[in-house]
Amino acid sequence: MAHPLDSPVVVEALTKTFRVPVREAGLGQSVISLFKREYRDVEAVREIRFDLASGEIVGFLGPNGAGKTTTIKMLTGLLFPTSGSATVLGHQPWRREKELLRRIALVMGQRNNLAWDLPAVDSFELNKAIYGIPDEVYRERKAAYIEVLDVADIATKPVRNLSLGERMKMEIVAALLHGPEILFLDEPTIGLDVTMQRRLRQFILDYNAETGATVLLTSHYMADVSAMVSRVIVIDHGAILYDGPLTGLSDRFSAHKTIRVEAIDLPEDLDRLGRVLERKPARASIEVPREEVSAVAGHLLTVANVTDLAIEETPLEDVIDRVFSKEDEDSDHTQD
Amino acid sequence: MTTPRTEFSLVRYYRAGMRLGFQREIQYRIRAFLMLIGFMIEPTIYLVVWTSVADAQGGEIAGLTTGTLAAYYIVWTLVRVYNLGYAPDAWEWRIREGRLNEFLSQPIHPFHRDYTFFAGAKFVWTLAWIPVALFLTIIFDPVFEWAAVNVAGFVVALWGGYTVRFLMLYALGMINFWTTRGSAIFGIFVASELVLSGRLVPLELMPEWVADVAAWLPFKWTFQFPIDTFIGRLAPREILTGIGFQALWSAVLGVIFALVWKRAIRRYGAVGN
Repeated sequence: MAHPLDSPVVVEALTKTFRVPVREAGLGQSVISLFKREYRDVEAVREIRFDLASGEIVGFLGPNGAGKTTTIKMLTGLLFPTSGSATVLGHQPWRREKELLRRIALVMGQRNNLAWDLPAVDSFELNKAIYGIPDEVYRERKAAYIEVLDVADIATKPVRNLSLGERMKMEIVAALLHGPEILFLDEPTIGLDVTMQRRLRQFILDYNAETGATVLLTSHYMADVSAMVSRVIVIDHGAILYDGPLTGLSDRFSAHKTIRVEAIDLPEDLDRLGRVLERKPARASIEVPREEVSAVAGHLLTVANVTDLAIEETPLEDVIDRVFSKEDEDSDHTQD
Repeated sequence: MTTPRTEFSLVRYYRAGMRLGFQREIQYRIRAFLMLIGFMIEPTIYLVVWTSVADAQGGEIAGLTTGTLAAYYIVWTLVRVYNLGYAPDAWEWRIREGRLNEFLSQPIHPFHRDYTFFAGAKFVWTLAWIPVALFLTIIFDPVFEWAAVNVAGFVVALWGGYTVRFLMLYALGMINFWTTRGSAIFGIFVASELVLSGRLVPLELMPEWVADVAAWLPFKWTFQFPIDTFIGRLAPREILTGIGFQALWSAVLGVIFALVWKRAIRRYGAVGN
């Protein structure tokens, strides 16, 4: 983790509470609510702390409603926090100073920021004026991005006629024309097919490598996470559960590894070694406790004519699933 | 990374924003024309009623001839098009759906985004207005008392009226940050505007106390003043005074909006995505 002084993003005890009206169902309750409104405070984000190093790509993971988007909205100046502090490039984001907004970009996968009825190039021109991008820089970047993403033919079609994937490419181009130093990407690949996801991921990785921009990424697709980030922050119920290297996530939350083995004389009693996930005549997968991996692998190599043996981490999806399941169980117990 | 070089200028932005507004609206030329046809209905009703009344009273009512009334309501259609702004009930949708997010994440105030969009669209609407105005002119035989100063003053008054009304609507739209059902208040605004702006009838046809109240409010500078300027009912000095009032009301409403905006935006929930 970076020293806070070098960090373009520093978050300290940031909290956001929403006050939402509540009432029971029924006509009587409707009438009562006319005179006496009841509210409930919902803590979307609870005293979270983290910082991002310059040039880092960090995955911000959590289930729906965990507080990811609320956090990103606070860091991009859309929302005022209830308490706590945050600085982005030395600015308090919710003051919405132009000096900051010119240096960041927010891309939300489910939101259209382009003029719907016009070709994306017209929105690019507007962004040029909004961000005051010098002519030469604008021309170079636009040409480069259009070429890399291979979108020359669709950039001149009205946005309303584009597919979701095509539109997302245009959104990304529009968001990067001003050369943001920090990119906040909220599910940028949602709804895209695998090829399109891969292309956008590579584009963002290239942008990061060329400019040294910092990226905070939320995604439900673990392919995005494993391909792009080295560090993850896991949030659930508004609180941070884990902040560290992606590889450490498995160590922390998964007590098992999977041994995949191929041999023509596999022993019958594999279930003695661990939980058998797959069993074929000459192939098997066994989930074993981390501390027993070496012993089990050694045992297999001695009792069978092994042609192939691989030790694998639990898939990231499963690890994340376990993190959130565990959290839900814990919170259920707390409520008991 | 080094801080990016910026060549931002508000004039350049206004040019780009208005161009985008124009381009967007030109996509829907037929819609613009139909909107103008819709706008014809309201003044045509007023026109028929008041020219009938004037005819019944010997061709004049409160000093307004049938020809002047015809001119008034024909110019009304253009002024109506020009003073269209971002309606408060659209703010309701924008806040409820989180559609302000795309504006807030960029380094330009939403006011400029909306103001330039509507300003650009007006050029398309003006093109669509020309056949409508010609048609009304043939039917109702208006009388204009033009001088160069009236035409020049009208151009300024038209944009002044747009600015005043846009700011009124914008300030009113802020109510939606406190209640997501602000459209009811918009209804009160429209009712007040009908009576106090010269939208329903020229203020001379209203009881004297209505005209007195209207003098203290911004409404009449958005409708009757630009219309009167164009049809030649105002002397150069009155035109200058009117433009001064438009500037004054723009400043007052601008300050009110800026103060309310600071508080309002803290309440924004940025719901949706």
